[in-house]
Amino acid sequence: MRGFLNRVRLLLPLMIAIVPALVHPAGRFITLASTTSTQNSGLFDYLLPAFTRKTGIEVRVIAVGTGQALRLAANGDADVLLVHDKAGEMRFMSDGHGVNRREFMYNDYVIVGPASDPAAVRGLTDAGAAFRRIAAAGANFASRGDDSGTNREELRLWETAGIDTKSATGGWYKEVGAGMGATLNTAVGLQAYTLTDRATWATFRNRGNLELLVDGDPRLFNQYAVIEINPALHPAVKVEEARQFADWLVSAEGQALIGSFTVDGQALFFPNAATPAY
Amino acid sequence: MREMSQAFASAVDLVARADPELIEIVQLSLQVSVSAVSIAALIGIPAGAALAVFRFPGRRGLVVTVNAMMGLPPVVVGLCVYLLLSRSGPLGGWGILFTAPAMIVAQTILIAPIVTALSRAVIEDLWLELSEQLRSLGVGTARAVLTLIREARYRLLTAVLAGFGRAIAEVGAVLIVGGNIAHHTRVMTTAIALETSKGNLALALGLGVILIAVSLLVNALVYLTSGIARRYSGA
Repeated sequence: MRGFLNRVRLLLPLMIAIVPALVHPAGRFITLASTTSTQNSGLFDYLLPAFTRKTGIEVRVIAVGTGQALRLAANGDADVLLVHDKAGEMRFMSDGHGVNRREFMYNDYVIVGPASDPAAVRGLTDAGAAFRRIAAAGANFASRGDDSGTNREELRLWETAGIDTKSATGGWYKEVGAGMGATLNTAVGLQAYTLTDRATWATFRNRGNLELLVDGDPRLFNQYAVIEINPALHPAVKVEEARQFADWLVSAEGQALIGSFTVDGQALFFPNAATPAY
Repeated sequence: MREMSQAFASAVDLVARADPELIEIVQLSLQVSVSAVSIAALIGIPAGAALAVFRFPGRRGLVVTVNAMMGLPPVVVGLCVYLLLSRSGPLGGWGILFTAPAMIVAQTILIAPIVTALSRAVIEDLWLELSEQLRSLGVGTARAVLTLIREARYRLLTAVLAGFGRAIAEVGAVLIVGGNIAHHTRVMTTAIALETSKGNLALALGLGVILIAVSLLVNALVYLTSGIARRYSGA
């Protein structure tokens, strides 16, 4: 029995040391379900401290794909959403989960691929033409395959290019089923083309011999929006704090900060809130 | 291969600078996994001992099930715990999703079967050895369980350490229920996943090196203290 008690005696101080550390009182905070590009590019590290200083509200970021972010929010597990898939967002709104969807910044998608460019797409400004060439050449293409905003955009581009990726999957069309960074890592390994948002590409540190090959197609426009969660459906939502955050993003101050964020001297997000409120 | 040498360089650099973010992440990893393994031990050791000693219908099926549950996929456990703790789930009212306690719950579910199954194996062997003796002394079965746990305590440590190893190394469950929130639920493994996704392979690998070092340190500490305890108790 003594040994058993010793064991308990050993564990007790551990538990005592641990439990209070885990339940330390939290100040005001909101949970933001977000796409990954805004986190991985460092935009949040740049933006959020300014908001917290101003309001005392801490923003806890769950960075997942847009599809998963929308699902988290539809379960009531986030207070505010920051995503980039208009079709999905509109469905979310019409299902009643969101209130007050506001577009507030944009950037664009780019097609990257191996420097050897086996499908000869370098310099094209028509994403559809580039996709058709990749398909015709049977060159490796790494798709997110994760129902993210970027994945949904990519699928729309294939569809408008008239290419059926279903029949090519497992062949040249590789569905990675992962985030943007993991997909880029895979593309490096497979010498594959892929579609990525410019911010993730600009800050990605393992490019291998991948290069930016195609940009400038107006269809590659990538709009980000902020959506507050409907408290009528999700009573636990922190309405007031979430509203403050969304208001701040579209405010003159938030917009100016977004525009001034650069990586290696390059702006990655461009503010375009319709009505800067203040 | 350049990454390998850079990884060690970045690991050494992070440790040498006592990088505050690194310390925070290592601390949280240890808090979460040590808590989970403590709870799993409190459940798993008695459960394993009971499974070893008591005879009841369905026991074999239960033993096989617990053994199989050692291979629970972390992502599936994470998903189940997420669905339970989600605001729209049955325990949503607790409001602990995306917090450290949620990560402890997930890891406990993941490793309790490991501690239980390994404890059962250890104690069953000992029970075969000692059952005659204990019975001849007139020790009842319930009392025998406690005696066996005490006798097997050093071997049970291995079961607990196996659970700890699994907990500290898994990423799937804590990523889903913790959300990898900076300064709140970011642990070693989710930080490694994040840096990998940013393409910072050297830093990711460096964090991996530190994770292994931490794991080594914990195991060494347990080994040494149990060695000292064993010498003094004469067991």
